Amino acid sequence: MKSPLGMWRNQHRWSNTADAPRTPHRFFGKATTVAGKATATLAVAATLAAGCGGGDSDDDGPIELTYWAWAPELASVVEIWNESHPDVQVTVVEQAGGDDMVTRVLAASEAGEAPDLIQAEYQALPTLISNEVVADVSEYVGDISDEFGEGTWQQVTLGTDAVWGIPQDTGPMMLYYRIDLFEQFNLSVPTTWEEFAETARAVRAADPNRYLTTFSANDPGWFAGLAQQAGATWWEVEGDAWNVEIDDEATLRVAEYWGGLVAEDVIDDQPMYTPEWNTALNDGTLLAWVSAVWGPGVLEGVAGDTAGLWGMAPLPQWTPGENRTGSWGGSSTAVTTDSDHPEEAAEFAVWLNTDPEATTALVRESNIYPASRQAQASPALQEPPEFFSNQPDFYSLASEIADTAVGVTWGPNVNVTYSTYRDAFGAAITDGTPFTDAVHDMQEATVNDMRDNGFALAE
Amino acid sequence: MATTEIQPASAAAPPAQGARRRWPRLAPYLFLAPAIVLFVLFLLLPIIYTVYLSLRRVQVSGLGLGPGARSEVWAGLDNYRDAVTDMELWRGALRVLLYGGILTPVMLGAALLFALLLDAQRVRARRFARISIFLPYAVPAVTATLMWGFLYLPAVSPFHYLLEELGLPQVDLLGRVSVFFSLANIAVWGGTGFNMIVIYTALRAIPAEIYESARIDGCSELRIALRIKIPMVMPALIMTTVFSVIATLQVFSEPTTLRPLTNSISSTWTPLMKIYRDAFARDDIYLAAATSVVIALITLVLSLGFLRLVQRRAFQDEQ
Repeated sequence: MKSPLGMWRNQHRWSNTADAPRTPHRFFGKATTVAGKATATLAVAATLAAGCGGGDSDDDGPIELTYWAWAPELASVVEIWNESHPDVQVTVVEQAGGDDMVTRVLAASEAGEAPDLIQAEYQALPTLISNEVVADVSEYVGDISDEFGEGTWQQVTLGTDAVWGIPQDTGPMMLYYRIDLFEQFNLSVPTTWEEFAETARAVRAADPNRYLTTFSANDPGWFAGLAQQAGATWWEVEGDAWNVEIDDEATLRVAEYWGGLVAEDVIDDQPMYTPEWNTALNDGTLLAWVSAVWGPGVLEGVAGDTAGLWGMAPLPQWTPGENRTGSWGGSSTAVTTDSDHPEEAAEFAVWLNTDPEATTALVRESNIYPASRQAQASPALQEPPEFFSNQPDFYSLASEIADTAVGVTWGPNVNVTYSTYRDAFGAAITDGTPFTDAVHDMQEATVNDMRDNGFALAE
Repeated sequence: MATTEIQPASAAAPPAQGARRRWPRLAPYLFLAPAIVLFVLFLLLPIIYTVYLSLRRVQVSGLGLGPGARSEVWAGLDNYRDAVTDMELWRGALRVLLYGGILTPVMLGAALLFALLLDAQRVRARRFARISIFLPYAVPAVTATLMWGFLYLPAVSPFHYLLEELGLPQVDLLGRVSVFFSLANIAVWGGTGFNMIVIYTALRAIPAEIYESARIDGCSELRIALRIKIPMVMPALIMTTVFSVIATLQVFSEPTTLRPLTNSISSTWTPLMKIYRDAFARDDIYLAAATSVVIALITLVLSLGFLRLVQRRAFQDEQ
C-alpha cells in the first residue's frame, strides 16, 4: 500500500482532470492582510511580466510558441512536433492544473502576457472567452468538427459558429464496481438508477458497515455530469441572451434521488478524494464509484490493493433501455488573444489533438482519453488499463459509452455555480435539508452573479 | 552617498555653513529611507491599490462573449454595500468569535501554566520541556492541519481505532459543532509554545529580590505565582492576547486545509475564506478587495480599542 500522504496528494493530481480546487491553497501564509493580498497580486504580476513573453520572434528565426498545460509528459509529445516543424517551435510550460491555472491565465492576460496556447477545461472556456483570453480560431482550423463527437464539439463552440479551442480529452461517465464484492453479496450490476437504489439498499442489508457508494458535496463537476445524463441544460444561448436553468426538472430529479438515498442512509455522504475515501475504496467499505473514463488512474493511486477486482459498466439509466451519459472533466487546447501567431498556434493545436502520431503519444505518454474519434480507436487503446487487465474490452466499451455522452453548453460563471454547489450541498448534508434546496441555491447564486455583472438574461 | 554630498559643499566657503546645517536635518531621513521605500512599495501601494480595486467592478454587455464585452467601471461604494450586507460574512465572523472564544483562553491559559511551571524552582529537564512545548510552533499551519486531518478521520485515525477497541461509542470529530473544537485544538497545539516563550521570558526578567522578600514574608510558591508573577507579566499577557485575537480574526489556513475532508466547513467559514473564495473561486477581486478593507478596519479598531482599554496596566512601567 502507498503511504497515506501519497494518497492524499493524489487529489491534487486529479483535481486537474476532474474539476475542483480541492487543493488547499496557501498563497499568503497565516496572516492574509489586505496588504498581504495586494502584495501577492503585485508579486504575481511582476513574476508574470518577467517570466513569459507571448511569442516574440525575430524575422529570420523560427516562430516560438509558449504553451501552458498540466497534462503529464506533454513536453515529449510536443517534441514530435518540434522535430518535424523547424519553423514553429513550441515550448511547454508546466502548470498546476484546473482552476489555479484559470486564475493565473486571467492575470497574465490582463497584463498582456498570456502564452500563445493554453490547456483549458471545457467548463472554464466561457469564462476565458468572456475575459477575452482565448481567441476564435474558426478561420484557421477548417472543418474538423467530424473529428469529434457532437457533444464534445459543442463544448468548444458553445453552439455558435466560433471555435474557441480544439478538444483534447473527454470524461464520459461510467460505473466502476467491485466484481468480487458484488459476487460475495450476490448483487447484479444495476442498469437503471432504480436498480442502483435497490442495490444500495441490498448492500446495507447485507453488511451495515458498507455502502454502495458516496454522494460527494465536494465535486460539482461530478454532479453536473449526472445532471447532464438526466437531460439537464444548465446554460443555453437564446438569441442574444443567456438562459440559465440549473434548477430544471432533470437536475431536481437527480438531486431528489440522491438526497433520498442519503436520507435513507443507504448511500454515504462523505466527500470523495479524502484519505477516508481512499481507505474505503481500498478496503471495500465502498463497493462502487460513479466516475469517468479516467477512473482507473485514480483507483490505481488510491486503492492499489484492489487491482483486477474492479469492473466497468455503463452508467445506470433513468429510463430502461436508454443509452446516455454525462461528462466529468475533459479539456481543450485554446489559442489566446495575446498570441502574435494565432494561425500557427491553431495549426499546432489541431495537430496535437487529431494527428494519429500525436494522439497516440498523448494516450501513451500523458495517459489521457482522447477526444478525437479516430484516436479513440487507436492501437494505443487496444489494451485495457493495467489496473483493469481483467476487462480486455475496457476501451472498446469506453468508446461506445463516449458516443452516448450528451452535449453541454457551459455558462460564463461556472466557477460561481460550482463554489455554491460545494457550500449548499455540504450544508444540506450537515443540516439534513432537502438536496433540491441546494439546487435552488445554485440557480439563485448563478443568476444573481450574472445579473450583477450585466450579462443579458432571458427571462 | 553622504560624503559625496558633503565634500563639494565644504569646498566653497559661504554655502558650507548652510549645508552643514542642512546635513543633520537630512541624516535621519537618509537612515529612514530604506524602511520608507520598502514600506511604500510593499505596504502602502498595495493598500492603495486594494482600495482602488474595491471601488471598481466589471460591467458585461450582452452574452459577454464578443470582443469588448467586458469592461471595468467605477462602482462607487457598491462593493462595500454588498460586502457588509452579505450575512455570510457576519455568520463567518460569528464562527470566528466562537472559535476564538475556545482558542484564546485555552491557549493562553496553557501557555501561562507551562511558563509558570518552567519558572518554578524545582524543575527537571527544563531545556527539554521548553523545546518540546515550543516545537509544534515550528510546524507550518498547513502541515499541522494535514496531520490532524488524518487523526480526525475515522477510517485512518488511531483515536477512533482505540475507541473501537475499547468498545466505546465513536465520536464525530468533524461534525458541525465538534469541528470548532477540532480546529481550535490544532491552533492550541501550534500556538501554545510561542506564547509560553513570550511569557516565560517576561518571568525571567523579574528581579529575584522580589521573590526573596516574598519568601521571607512566608509566601508559598503558589501565592508567589498568583500575587507576584502573574501581575508582573501582565504586559506580556496582554500582548499575547492582542496577537492571538488578531491571529484568530485572520484564521484561514487551518479551516481551508481541513475543508475538503468534511461537509461541515463551508468555503465561507471564516471571513478571510470568503474573501479568498470571492477573489479566486468567483473571480470577483473587487468585492474581495472591499471585504478586505472592511475586515482590516474592524481588526484595527478592535486592536486599538483593546490596547486603549488595557494601556494603563500594560505600559505603566514605561510611564
